[in-house]
Amino acid sequence: MTSVRPPIAMLAELTHRCPLSCPYCSNPVQMAMQDQELGTEDWMRVFREAVELGVLQLHLSGGEPASRRDLVSLVRAARDAGLYTNLITSGIGLNERRLTELDEAGLDHVQLSLQGTTPEMADEIGGYKGGFKRKMQVAEIIGKIGFPLTLNAVLHRRNLHQLPRAIEMAQEMGARRIEVATVQFHGWALRNLDALMPTRDQAREATRIVAEARAALKGKLVIDYVPADYHDDYPKRCMGGWGTTGLNVAPDGEVLPCHAAQSIPHLKFDNVRDTPLHEIWYKGEAFTAYRGTDWMQEPCKSCERKEIDFGGCRCQAMAVVGDPAATDPVCIKSPHHGALQVKADQHATRDDAPLVYREAPGKTVDDPVG
Amino acid sequence: MLAQEVPSLPRGVRLHFDKVRSTWVLLAPERAVTLDDIGHAILSEVDGARSFGEITAALAEKYNAPAEEIAKDSAGFLGALRDRRFLDVVSA
Repeated sequence: MTSVRPPIAMLAELTHRCPLSCPYCSNPVQMAMQDQELGTEDWMRVFREAVELGVLQLHLSGGEPASRRDLVSLVRAARDAGLYTNLITSGIGLNERRLTELDEAGLDHVQLSLQGTTPEMADEIGGYKGGFKRKMQVAEIIGKIGFPLTLNAVLHRRNLHQLPRAIEMAQEMGARRIEVATVQFHGWALRNLDALMPTRDQAREATRIVAEARAALKGKLVIDYVPADYHDDYPKRCMGGWGTTGLNVAPDGEVLPCHAAQSIPHLKFDNVRDTPLHEIWYKGEAFTAYRGTDWMQEPCKSCERKEIDFGGCRCQAMAVVGDPAATDPVCIKSPHHGALQVKADQHATRDDAPLVYREAPGKTVDDPVG
Repeated sequence: MLAQEVPSLPRGVRLHFDKVRSTWVLLAPERAVTLDDIGHAILSEVDGARSFGEITAALAEKYNAPAEEIAKDSAGFLGALRDRRFLDVVSA
């Protein structure tokens, strides 16, 4: 490793609490309890440490970040520290008063999740009755205040047919961007492979729809697209490369190279309660483990794409192959590629599979607005 | 971009000096665009009031360069930002 550059983005998972229980939630299956969450002062210190480290973009996420009563104070502290602040929310727990306070605190951008384009679909996927209606009200207030908005649609076999409508909705809401993210199978989604795996035809159709919409909406709506990678031939450049671009701080203060990293059993994670962020980024065991290319085995080691995709996703190699240093099995060069494609096609036929909802973390959820 | 059009940075897009990397960046939703001296010089003139023609004339004078060349470079740079929704443009 010659030189390690500072990170650009930090994902602050303020809490694992959430009123929704989406079956593809990226939170780990073992969630942090409310009484383990970092306090307000700790988070504020972490934001200042992040700025000194070189972080520019702060993504405030969860769980549902609005479930934190100190959200407005945290946004203000992050802006004062010099960070670009992005709130990633389902909208539940936000109202006009709170959004106005967030505006005054300097919130830069809102990213609103979309579980479906109809109340029936959205409420079923989110496991929260009335959630869609509330979300639409929140979207209206976001527009009224004038926050820049990104709509974040997570798509899977059950709702991929709603993609064209999701793109329309983004325009109606005045969003500048939409993220079209096909579900990634980590965390809770791994328990829903049968219920959520898109068919190969759906995956292809989504790619076509996105390409057409990008051309038609150039300069009006920016579309970021995460394709269904089980059906792909090359893996994604996960996290822009392990330990190169971003870091995650979990609700309890553990610092992770990506949100699923805790699924790799041998990794040891430092905590912001004990160790400065700077030291964690440059010297922490979890960050150095798969940074760069030295850790690679064949076929990655001699591959001409090794610095294009860095072998893909470590957590996916762990989940599917059982070895976090293996080539991401999505890759056509992986000996497990063929089996993965067959497995994906099989999962995609299980139309009777029930949704396995994410559970709530250890403690009862308080009313987020209070 | 036409000379009479007025570019502006929309809400959520702002210039920021990155002290750690000693460089100017344009911060936008989910993106941080590193700016070179030229990019920073152009965006520093974008105030939401002056037209593209006025901006390029000012830059030509300031840097003692041909206005046509400046206009061409600036239009390419600003056009790319506009496509990414990092720049609003209205007709004067």
